[in-house]
Order: sequence, then C-alpha cells, then structure tokens
Amino acid sequence: MLDLKLYNSKDENTWCPGCGNFSILEGIKEAVAELNIKPEKLMMVSGIGQAAKTPHYIRANGFNGLHGRALPPAQAIKMVNPELKVIVTSGDGDAYGEGGNHFIHNIRRNLDIVQLVHDNQIYGLTKGQGSPTTARGQKTSMQFDGVISEPLSPLALAIAAGATFVARSFSGDKEHLKRMIKAAVNHKGYALIDIMQPCVSFNKINTFKWYKDRVYQLDENYNTNDKGAAIIKAMEFGDDGIPLGILYKEEGKPTFHDLHAVLNSGNVMVDRKWVPIDGEKFVEEFI
Amino acid sequence: MKFNLLIGGKAGQGMDTVCVFLEKVLKKSGFYVFSNKDYMSRVRGGHNFTQIRFGDEPIYSHIEKLDLILALDRETIEIHSDKLNDKGIIIADGAIKYEDSRLISLPLQKVAKDVGLPMAFTFVAAGSILKHFGIKGQFEDFISKKLPEATRNKNIESLKKGEELLEEKFALTGKDLSKHLIINGNDAIGLGALVGGLSFYSAYPMTPATSVMTYLSKKSVETGIVVEQAEDEISAINMAIGASYAGARSMTGSSGGGVALMVEAFGLAGITETPLVVIDSQRPGPATGFPTRTEQSDLSFLLTAAQGEFPRIVLSVRNAEDAFYQTFRALNIADKYQTLVVLLTDQYLADSNITIPKFSLEELKIERHIWDGKGLDEEYKRYKVTESGISPRLIPGKIEGQVVLVDSDEHTEYAHITEEIEVRNDQMEKRMRKLDLFIKEDQQEPEYFGEEDIDILLVGWGSTYGAIREATEILSSLGLKVGALSFGDICPLPDKLLRKYKAIAKKVINIEQNFTGQLGKFITQETGFLMNDSILKYDGRQITSNEIVTRLYKEV
Repeated sequence: MLDLKLYNSKDENTWCPGCGNFSILEGIKEAVAELNIKPEKLMMVSGIGQAAKTPHYIRANGFNGLHGRALPPAQAIKMVNPELKVIVTSGDGDAYGEGGNHFIHNIRRNLDIVQLVHDNQIYGLTKGQGSPTTARGQKTSMQFDGVISEPLSPLALAIAAGATFVARSFSGDKEHLKRMIKAAVNHKGYALIDIMQPCVSFNKINTFKWYKDRVYQLDENYNTNDKGAAIIKAMEFGDDGIPLGILYKEEGKPTFHDLHAVLNSGNVMVDRKWVPIDGEKFVEEFI
Repeated sequence: MKFNLLIGGKAGQGMDTVCVFLEKVLKKSGFYVFSNKDYMSRVRGGHNFTQIRFGDEPIYSHIEKLDLILALDRETIEIHSDKLNDKGIIIADGAIKYEDSRLISLPLQKVAKDVGLPMAFTFVAAGSILKHFGIKGQFEDFISKKLPEATRNKNIESLKKGEELLEEKFALTGKDLSKHLIINGNDAIGLGALVGGLSFYSAYPMTPATSVMTYLSKKSVETGIVVEQAEDEISAINMAIGASYAGARSMTGSSGGGVALMVEAFGLAGITETPLVVIDSQRPGPATGFPTRTEQSDLSFLLTAAQGEFPRIVLSVRNAEDAFYQTFRALNIADKYQTLVVLLTDQYLADSNITIPKFSLEELKIERHIWDGKGLDEEYKRYKVTESGISPRLIPGKIEGQVVLVDSDEHTEYAHITEEIEVRNDQMEKRMRKLDLFIKEDQQEPEYFGEEDIDILLVGWGSTYGAIREATEILSSLGLKVGALSFGDICPLPDKLLRKYKAIAKKVINIEQNFTGQLGKFITQETGFLMNDSILKYDGRQITSNEIVTRLYKEV
C-alpha cells in the first residue's frame, strides 16, 4: 500500500462542511493507495459541479473539463494511454443530465475506466435545482410545485445498455465505498458506481439520515450475474430500501481495446513513433 | 489547350465511377485535371453532374463553358446545352431525343446490354469520349480491381466497344505527370494530417466533412491512427481534447452545424492550453442549409465562436495542395502555441480533384514542443507564466512523481481554481501573448498575383483562389491593372501586403462566397480599411473566373 500522503493536494477545499464529498474523496484516496496506483499513473477526470472539483483535492493527473463532458475526454485519454488508471468523478447533474448521451455511448464502447457518480439527487453548484435523480414531487429552488418528471434509474439504464460492472454505494459507509472502488478499478471494462450522498445545503429531503434509514447491503447470496433480476433490483429505490453493492457484474466481455484493430496491440498511442517520410507510400497512392 | 467536360445524370446511374475513371485516365495520360462535383442531397434521382476540365497546363478552378457533355439523361441536355461551345458535342444514348445539332446519339445502352452488363453503359460512353480526343493507352488498369472479375471484364469490354462508336476528332498527347498527384481537398487534409503524425481523430459524420474521417479510417490500421466516430460533435471535440492532453496529436472536423455544437469546447482548448486542430468543411447555412453545396459563411462565426477570449488561430485552405501543407502546419502550430487552430475549407474543395505536384515530405518536420521535464525538481506548474506565454508542457504519466492537472476554470499556475485578480490578469495576458509570438514567428501573408502597379485590388480567401487567380489573368489581358490577394491565414490578420497594395490601388473589392462579405468586415475591423465594392455569392455554387469578370464589369 502506498502512503496516503502522496495524494494530498495543496488546494484549498471549498465543499460545504458535512458534505458527502469528503468521505468519497477519502474513499478514493484509500482505494488507490491500497491498489498501489501512483499519483502519476492515476487520471482523475471530471466535468463541472461540486463533485467535479474532486480532481483538485487529490494529487493526481487531473482533467477538470466542461459541464457534462467528463466521459469523452476520459475515454480518449484511456484510448491513447492505457497505462493510466482513469477515474471519472462528477455529480448526478453532470453525469446523467448534461452528459446523458455520453453516458449511454460510453457504456457501448466499454473502455476500461471507472465512473463515480456523486449522486445527491440535486444540483449543488447552481444552488438546488432538480437533477435527473430528484424524486417526483420534490420541491426545489426551481421546481416550486415539485418535480414532475420521473427520476432516472441510472443503474437500470446502465445494465440495459450493456455495462458489465454496476454498483451502488453510500458516502456514509466509507469502507463499503472503498471496497466498491477497488472492485471497480480491478474490473476489466467500464465500471459504474452510483454513490448516494447527502447534500447538506440544498437537499433537505435526502439527508444523511434518510439514506441511512433506507440503505442495506446486498447479501452474499445475491446473484450478480442475473441481468434481468439486476435491472429490477437496480430500480429498487425509496422507502422500501436502497440496495448497496454490486448489482450486476459480467466477466469476460471484450473491452474497446480488445476489439480495436489499432489499440489491441497494446501500444500506447502517446509513444507512437512517426516521421513525415513514413507517409510516402500514402502520398504515392494519389499518383 | 484546355477542354471542359460535363457528365450529368441522376444519382445512382454510376456517374461517380465513370468520372473517377476518366479523371484517372486523363491524369495518367499526362493531362492536368480539375474536376468538381455538383450533387443533390439524395441517394437516388435528382440532377447531379461532374465537370472535368483537363489540359496541358495547371488548372486551378472550374469554368462554365463546355466542350463536351455526356448526358446520362435528357435533363442534363436541357440544363447544360446553353453552356456548350458551338463546336462542342453532346453524347447521349439513342433513346434520349433532343433537338440539337451538336447531339451525337450513340447506342450506349444497347452495347452495354449486349456485353451483358447494362450498368456499364457509362463505360461505353467513356470509351467514345477518349476516342473523340484521340487519347490512347492501357485504360483497363484504371477500372477498379475491387470489382468481381466478371464485372470488371464487362466494364473493360464496354469501354473497348465504346471506342468503336466514334471517330477521332483530336490527337491529344499529354506530358509526363508521373511526379504529380490527383487529389481532392478532403483527402489532402487527411493525408496532411497522416503525414503530420496525427494519432487521434474523433468526429461525427456530416457532409462535406465526412470524407476526412473516411480517409483516415481507411488508413487507421496501417498507420496506427485511432479514428473514433463519436456519438455527437460535442463528444468528438471533447475526445480530441482529451487525447491531445494525454499526448496524442489530435484533430476533429465537421461542417458548420457540427462545428456549432463544438463551440463551448473551443474555449476548453483555449483555457486548458491543449493543442487542437478543428476542420470546418463549410456548406451553406443556416441550420441544415444546402447539405451538399458550397459557401464561405462560417468565417465570422469562427472568428469569435465560444464565450470569453482566448488565443485562436484561424486558417483557410486555397486548394488541395495548400490543404495538405496547411493541415501539416496547423498541427505544428497547435502544438507550439498549445491552443485552438481552426482550418476552414468547403464543399467545393472537398469534392474537387486537382492535379498538383507531388508533396515533398523531406523538408517537413513534426514539431511537438513537449517538455521532457529535465531539471524539474519541484511541483510542476502546468500554467507557468513565461515571457512568450507558452508554458512547458508535460505529458501525464510520463515523468516519475509529477502530475499534470488542467482546468477549464480560471486557474493558478498549478491549475487550481482561483478568483484572484492578479492571477486572472497574469493568466489571461500569458495566454493572449502567445499570439504575439505567432505573428512574429509563424504568420503567413496572403498570396499576391498581378502587376505591382494596380488600380484594382481583389481580395478573397480560401477556395476562391483558383477563380480569382484566373480572373486576374483575364482582366489583365483585357487591359485592366488588377492585382489580387488570396488569404490563407486570416486570424490574426496578416496585413503587410494588404497595406502595401491598398496604398497603390484605387479600389479594393472583396470577393466572397457569402452574403455579408465576412472577410471584408474582418479587414475593416482589424485595419479600418473599407471595401470599395464587393462581389458576393451565396447560391451554393462556386464562383468562376468568368463570373468574377462579368460581375466586375456589370456591378463595380
């Protein structure tokens, strides 16, 4: 295990006191330290939002891009340099709202990356508007009469789209979260962890206690390999309970790199050697 | 000696195949070729045509006047016969009835049917055309070898049968053009990028930019270039930026609509200081506009697109030769200045084949400007404030113990989010300073043609190069004192030659394929010079030298 101090950032943290992001950040640091991933081999990618500031608070390579656009650069970084362990870390608005299209197509590509969604069921940075996972009827700073749209079930969507590692965790259970992150990093292919997280400033419904009263861990007998059952389980969310753990896992599905005619060689694109004269034969084709 | 052919018909009649064949044969027979396509946005039917101009000296553009029409349908004759020279001929199948003394009816369909491949009637016609010009040789090599052998043989037989249908009217012999290429603008961009060490191209299909992606995809396995079709253009550009950040030379491309979707990420490349080349193969807008036609109407948009201010370099390409070298250059510039370079082309260039001297690769040098981190003994500052404005760039994961953080927020030298006044000013000024260095070390003046002592200065950019060049020659031969500046680099605006010739000329006229005279407006903005007149065209069809001359006399 590497020294946790290696990952300490000098940047001043601007999250609200009591925010679930703190324990998610600690969970990430502990997981990568235990996995012996050096900061220079760790690649944190985010969009915009409170959760998307995570790359600033962990000493690692970081790409803090545009709102909703964490996945496209993350996938491209992995394509051109598979030696980097890529972890996408953003909120529910960034991942499922603004970035919804990328979320779907990223699953289809199946690059070997991890996506952590800090899901507090609300927009934080823009101060309390409904997110794609806000419950129907919940009043917000924008939906004064309550949200009308059906909340998205991101995990069911991910399983249906073909994701091979789909899990849920809770910021209030750091040990569970760390275990999930380690399993996700070790999984070959795209891995999604939807992390339930209270927003102390803007979500007065889904509080720490609200989650604490509802979450439960899937037991050892749960079959992670039954796709149909997993989709139903993934949609279980509310007063009857919120299951935590790996809801669906499939081994052996080829990744983007496995199937790619250029990348399956294992070559790191960044090290590609090329001089203009190498293109001579391609010029000749136009004679 | 120059001839101008038009081959017209409906989509799906096999026009493309026979045109590609004729262009190849003409070029291999030693003639300079310039061909352009005019096609509708549909897979079947409609009226499409290709013009093939060929001759014994370089040709830079198309013209209207025709010497031969191959009409695959009656409509082609109806639409184009008024442009045919009196001594020109129309070749059509016997089944097409039309009153015109220049029409030569040939049994194209019947011959092809007898050969056993009705679709090959275009090759029967091709044989007749080659015979008409007295062009001889082993043409079967130019019939695609990808065809099944039986089909290929029937095409060859049709070609030979076609030769028997017409008498020789000319006896043309070409030059040695074995050191010349025939290439279109989009292939030249793809080839320029390939030669320039491009490693990553992500895009979403959109006419007329798609063929850049198709070309690179075809060469992907052989060269090791990753080509990814993204789910949308927003993803395409964000992928390209990610790949570039990670150290791969990257590029994306689209037409105006797709580029419009990319806009927010222009600023991302700007503020994260990530090298990025974006190709805009323009077509007429707004919105869906004319999907398969040409225009130069994205310039104003691209000069300012995206919120905020950041150093951007906007270049345009003038023809396929320029497209190759400018793409190569754009990749080097993007790496040197760690910012966005936009390369403007258009449908006209995308679909025009031109014979040009072979690209010489010996003198080309890939310049990555990537730092090896030597002497770095403290925490790396991705955005170190330097005199040139360029901060030494490390590649993530390549230097032991060092991490590379980039950020779309305003940031400190370490890339952390800040709202400090001083840091903002330092970073803003640092980024914008890069353009001063670009102007000093890399900016290219426009190309000038014409006399030194002039009354009229024509000003254009990009694909109007060929037409303006020929128009200048025609106008000079008519006794006018005319010169022309064809801009490649546009932003920042190179103004030395402009100032020089503006001082000599009595009138400055901008010629552009748009409604509002976008280059003219930019010149006014940057220099205070007003255009005395404009020749503008926005009907989706490329301007010709003849049209420039006529409109100059009529309107100016």
